[in-house]
Amino acid sequence: MTAAAIDQGGTDAAVSPWQLRWRRFRRHRAGMASLIVLALLVLFALAAFPMQRFMGLDPNATDLFSRFDPPSASHWLGTDEAGRDTLIRLMVGGQISLLVGLLATGIGGIVGLIVGVCAGYFGGRLDALLMRFTDGMIALPLLPLLIVLGAIDLTKLGFSREFAHSGAAGFWRIIVIIAIVDWTAIARLVRAATLSIKERDYVRAARASGAGPVYVMAAHILPNVATPIIVAFTLTVGRVVLFESVLSFLGFGIVPPTPSWGNMLNNAQELITTAPALAVYPGLLIFVTVIAVNFLGDGLQHAFDPRSQK
Amino acid sequence: MSELIALDGISVHFPIGRGGLFAAPKRTLRAAENVSFAIAEGETLALVGESGSGKSTLGNVVAGLQIPTAGSLRFRGRPLDAAAWKDARRAIQIVFQDPFGALDPRMPVSAIIAEPLKIQGIATVAERRERAAELVGQVGLPRDALNRYPHEFSGGQRQRIAIARALAPSPQLIVADEPLSALDVSIQSQILNLMKEIQEEHSLSYLFISHDLAVVNHLVDRVAVLYLGRLVEIAARAEVFDTPSHPYTQALLHSVPRIGRKRPRGQTIKGEMPSPMAPPPGCVFHPRCPKAADVCRSEIPALLPAPGRPGQLAACHFRE
Amino acid sequence: MTRFVLRRIVQTLIVLLVMSFVIYSLIGLMPGDPIDIMIASNPNIAPDVAANLRKIYGLDQPLLLRYWHWLMSALSGDLGYSRTHSQPVLHMLLPALWQTCKLLVTSFILSVLLSFGLGILAARKPGGIVDGLISLAAFAGISVPVFWLALMMILVFAVELHWFPASGIATVGDGGLRDQVVHLVMPVTTLALATTGGFTRYVRASMIEVLRLDLVRTARAKGAGEMRVVMVHAFRNALIPVVTIMALSFGVLFNGALLTETMFAQPGMGKMIYDAILGNDFNLALSGLLFATLVTLLSNLAADLAYGWLDPRISLQ
Repeated sequence: MTAAAIDQGGTDAAVSPWQLRWRRFRRHRAGMASLIVLALLVLFALAAFPMQRFMGLDPNATDLFSRFDPPSASHWLGTDEAGRDTLIRLMVGGQISLLVGLLATGIGGIVGLIVGVCAGYFGGRLDALLMRFTDGMIALPLLPLLIVLGAIDLTKLGFSREFAHSGAAGFWRIIVIIAIVDWTAIARLVRAATLSIKERDYVRAARASGAGPVYVMAAHILPNVATPIIVAFTLTVGRVVLFESVLSFLGFGIVPPTPSWGNMLNNAQELITTAPALAVYPGLLIFVTVIAVNFLGDGLQHAFDPRSQK
Repeated sequence: MSELIALDGISVHFPIGRGGLFAAPKRTLRAAENVSFAIAEGETLALVGESGSGKSTLGNVVAGLQIPTAGSLRFRGRPLDAAAWKDARRAIQIVFQDPFGALDPRMPVSAIIAEPLKIQGIATVAERRERAAELVGQVGLPRDALNRYPHEFSGGQRQRIAIARALAPSPQLIVADEPLSALDVSIQSQILNLMKEIQEEHSLSYLFISHDLAVVNHLVDRVAVLYLGRLVEIAARAEVFDTPSHPYTQALLHSVPRIGRKRPRGQTIKGEMPSPMAPPPGCVFHPRCPKAADVCRSEIPALLPAPGRPGQLAACHFRE
Repeated sequence: MTRFVLRRIVQTLIVLLVMSFVIYSLIGLMPGDPIDIMIASNPNIAPDVAANLRKIYGLDQPLLLRYWHWLMSALSGDLGYSRTHSQPVLHMLLPALWQTCKLLVTSFILSVLLSFGLGILAARKPGGIVDGLISLAAFAGISVPVFWLALMMILVFAVELHWFPASGIATVGDGGLRDQVVHLVMPVTTLALATTGGFTRYVRASMIEVLRLDLVRTARAKGAGEMRVVMVHAFRNALIPVVTIMALSFGVLFNGALLTETMFAQPGMGKMIYDAILGNDFNLALSGLLFATLVTLLSNLAADLAYGWLDPRISLQ
């Protein structure tokens, strides 16, 4: 009997768990709406490329004769305090903010995943260390810590002067510091899940057949924690976007001239009487992104575990 | 029949209680104490006892899931050390009590069944799928079960899948840890019959762990009785059931209802099993034994043949 | 029980000690050191004079040694001198803390009251219109960037409507109670709004959980009036986990306080730390951060102890 014939032997193939979940997700209106909203936001951010090419708009081109211009044909949303086009800056800022959100979540999440699985599986000293560490981190006031980390002089760590002040350094720095501060949330979640899965009989059966820790983690633990992790990652993106915006707003994150939704509000407080509109757009975009991400996470949670109450 | 696996003086102790970061833990749980027995090829040995008797712990030791604190194992006459375990894992498999926790809900049945082969790196992907198809039929499930997920099956069906998984690497010994306890009574006999068929077809040995003597009666060749981690009696099935030698075995049998037999009086056991963390001195059964005497409180009885029946061993100063 | 308390206190002290080292090292990585700043104000200092000064101040010693010296002086009460404010640090901490407390405690109380009210209201008919609206508002609350909320509030209430002042704690020339309160309204409301969202969700979830319990059904079956059922029975049971979560959130409030103080120019702990970091005032930044950490740790400890006391499983250990 060939393998192919065996696979086709089943008359009605089972509905895979993922298909079931997609169906449940579709019924969650807020989640679906959020997915669409986020897709639109990504498109908005990416629209910067054609806009720059075809309309000749440059997010960094200052024009001190056209400060605070109202919306016009050449500047659809007007200009800011340095005469730069607001719309294109919002788009490029979106790219930066969303990218930081995804990268910081990804890096922090993967670190948290590895640490959490190892602590849960191996227990002992590593686990005790992790628990002390996470307890300690929870005690810290996050924002001041992030600010201190953001204020670090990179030259003191051995980097060259030009690198330390470059835009790339600022970009990566904020990703790294957010990841450093945020990984513990996922680590705790993964550790708890690992502890419970480790004792299940199917894991013991695999170990009786000689499975080592790596096999067990890859084949049994990770697939079974996939769903809560996906939800946790999604919600983390929202948290991270808020962190980045606060830090950039205070001047410790993405540094101008590179735009980010947070730093576009840098001077908004002083300019609130002259150009109130400039204070509205970037914050509104942050708000919409985060609330969409949160609703998405809610929808995913509902799709993965219909028993959770709304 | 040659000896397949033997346990020699196996003890399993668990340290209990957190003594803090630097202090040693305070108490020891003696789950198994100085247990020795052997299983021959093609034989079924039942390991019987109440909860807390250590039978699951011993099952874990045989299956390679628990490292004993003392004692040694022999497999096919050779010592079972870390290096030998690598090969032994193909030959020894385990089936668990709870069919609902025994299968990974994220994996389709064909992958579950073939998993031991995958872990040990035997056979190609195609060969594994063929083997799964073959086994699925052997345990009495339809072919289309292969593509389905565990949640679509009943308890009895899941146990069949678990058995198929245990059969995948063509083992010589299967440790069955209370495989029927979680199933409905009508399903129990089906699974029991399945296990018998498989045993005949593949010349398997079973280490059948159970608390239910009635079930044991149908399948096994020999019975080992455990109490508080100690082996108190071991003998052929007929000898244990007709002429039990140790008072504990006698009491256990008398509590099994059998149609057409009057329950003799005065044989009920007093009290409850003591905690494995504080076993009584001497013979561990003495606080509850109707025959207890002074010698029982001070001397641990050795596992010696009952008078006139050399194949039946019991650990009692007053063995019958 | 006492073992539990002692263990938690020891843990808190250890965490504080470790954090003091971590923060000390991080602060050391901030741009400039005291000698650089002196050079900046007097560029004529020769390099060897600067090197000598460094030696005198002990700045050329390894990190651990410098940390040790700092720790020893800190434990004896000397937290150093604030460069930007020309005062000993210790004198500055308490007034700043008092100011922050005014803000934190008021907004905390406001937030708790609001969230209990909204949460209970939403929990009475889960899935209904009222619940939907409140849940949506709560969601918005946890998604909104606090500083933007503050900007919008300033825009609407200060700039457009002129109802409240946009910053400061008192108007020049005034300073009476009414003036102070008026100045507090905006920052307190902003901070409260930011935290109410999260609290409301907890209260709502907790109430829904409890309202399902059999004991409540029994109370209803006994014929008790609806309001009574909700308030007396459910509320009491929902209270415990919610209160502990809120107490634990005190540390999170601190972040919000930092932002609110900075934006509304309230001279509290948060703004002090922020300004110190911006101005490279090492001593002040270090002490301020540690103080904030201590306060957070203490509030977590208090919450843990209260929970331990309330939960018989822990107190009987």
